[in-house]
Amino acid sequence: MSDSKQITLRQMQAGQSGIVAQIQGGHDLIYRLSALGIRPGKRITKVGSMFMRGPVTVQLDSTQVAIGFGMANKVIVELG
Amino acid sequence: MKILLMGNPNVGKSALFSRLTGIHVIASNYPGTTVSYTRGFMKLGGETVEVIDVPGTYTLEPTSEAEEIALQMLTTGDMVINVVDATNLERNLYLTLQLLEKEIPLVVALNMWDDTEHRGIHINLSRLEEFLGVPVVPTVAVTGEGISELVKCMDKATSPDVPLRSHDERWAAIGDIVEQVQSITHRHHTWRNHLADASVKPLTGIIIAIGVLSVAFLVVRFVAEGLIGYVFDPLFNNLWAPVILRLSELLGNSGFLHDIVIGRISGGEVNFVESFGLLTTGLYVPFAMVLPYITSFYLVLGLLEDVGYLPRLAVLMDTIMHRLGLHGYAIIPTMLGFGCNVPAILATRILESKRERFIAATLISIAIPCAALQAMIFGLVGQHGVQYVAIIYGTLFLVWAALGIILNRLVKGFSPELLVEIPPYRLPLWRTVLQKLWMRTYGFLVEAIPIILAAVLVINILYVLGIFDVIASFTAPVVTGLLGLPKEAVTALVIGFLRKDVALGMLAPLALTAEQLVVGSVVLAMFFPCIATFVVLVRELGIVDMLKAAALMITVALLTGGMLNLILNYWL
Repeated sequence: MSDSKQITLRQMQAGQSGIVAQIQGGHDLIYRLSALGIRPGKRITKVGSMFMRGPVTVQLDSTQVAIGFGMANKVIVELG
Repeated sequence: MKILLMGNPNVGKSALFSRLTGIHVIASNYPGTTVSYTRGFMKLGGETVEVIDVPGTYTLEPTSEAEEIALQMLTTGDMVINVVDATNLERNLYLTLQLLEKEIPLVVALNMWDDTEHRGIHINLSRLEEFLGVPVVPTVAVTGEGISELVKCMDKATSPDVPLRSHDERWAAIGDIVEQVQSITHRHHTWRNHLADASVKPLTGIIIAIGVLSVAFLVVRFVAEGLIGYVFDPLFNNLWAPVILRLSELLGNSGFLHDIVIGRISGGEVNFVESFGLLTTGLYVPFAMVLPYITSFYLVLGLLEDVGYLPRLAVLMDTIMHRLGLHGYAIIPTMLGFGCNVPAILATRILESKRERFIAATLISIAIPCAALQAMIFGLVGQHGVQYVAIIYGTLFLVWAALGIILNRLVKGFSPELLVEIPPYRLPLWRTVLQKLWMRTYGFLVEAIPIILAAVLVINILYVLGIFDVIASFTAPVVTGLLGLPKEAVTALVIGFLRKDVALGMLAPLALTAEQLVVGSVVLAMFFPCIATFVVLVRELGIVDMLKAAALMITVALLTGGMLNLILNYWL
């Protein structure tokens, strides 16, 4: 499995893309993220992040979403 | 009969609402504006029916105050128009499926239909109708396309039998539907996409933000000064002044009534700022000094909202705002505060926790000067040089940041994280921008002018009764000793409770030095909110928190004023 690597949204580089594998959080977080389109199985592309633990901006279909640093740490993405 | 308009935020729901009802509503690009819902009426088959613009919501599982309101409203309606963003079908269908599970007739408006084509999205309408079991009508709310078809379809609204599903089952069902009704071909990355990406990346984002805010500031000043110099000043000086002089003669050039209506004029010339009569200063301040700035500020703010820039500013400011115990989204109420603190404090409702709302509302009412006060600062302090205006803004900014850092330490609790949709950049429609500008400007005129006139009247009566002299000698140690202002300046601070623009105007006849004007402006901005802001603060924070905030305001204002006095008059 050398070409399928799982990392957090925070660790991704700007421009990298992958499939959401897992959200490590409670029901509340899972519901809030899935309402904005972030849920397992979705293709997600990192647009960029602000320095000093700022929010991460991602692209899903034709939507962009900004996610706080801590939340971005809980979204696991399978690259590829 | 009651029709509910429901849908995700940023799907053009408010625009569709204004198309259906013809009522002027606020339709902008960020979630939060419709938290207080809007009502209107429309004709349907010879009958007048009520239409309600329900706050935007992603799900019926309430995770925020706005969503709770949406859920409560659902039980009061007779029919729902579900507004769906055709370019985001999958995400939008979650709410649609939840609405189908409720027993209320439904019709789907597939909005932003014109956007699907250039994004390479193809939706099979009849298949989608089959899957959902309710009418689906493509619409373009901003141009009005499809609206009459939607109205014709409303009597076909139904509530099909749909099994109750779990969270995961709904997403699975949506997956099936989307796979069969939607196909996506190539997508161009347009210049707007590139600009959108650049504005949420650190380096380019900061450059764009500085550019956008500087241009915004320059345009506000340019438009306002243009209106003052070419429209309002000539009107007052050439047309209104002769009328006032004639009236002054008729009233016998002096006396109680003369002083209240005309004020104090000398040498056959009207000084509209200093005379302080109802028909002179009472009209000149709101129309010729404040209205131009209100108009130009709200024009620029409305453009920034409708283009979709503000959520990007929230992303950019998030790191800084966290230091103040807030998250990036708090920048939106703060920006509104530069227009008027009242809607700004109402807009703090978009923040999740009580702690954040307290910090945001307190910071806004202390350190964010409203457009009316800023107009007077430019008008009066600006005459002495732009550096003095800069000192005022610099001081207020430092107080904002320092007080935020302190409150973040003192107030218990934690700050939630930012999670927000960033809508694509859109070219604003002049129609909606101007509608919104008109609503806000009209709101200012209706609410501010009676208070301004009342303030001028009260000032004159208090002068005649000698009450100001009593207050002035009573508070002289603080005002003169600490702030270095003449003791008459206290009257301005008292009147600041009614209107801050009028209050600053009261400093004009006192012949203050530039340094004194700076101290006066800063203290006036921070000292206590005007009566309108005070009322919403009490309503939003509750009386206990309001008292805490008020104690902070008075303490911080006196401390800052005292320090500023020391620095400006003794150190420099």
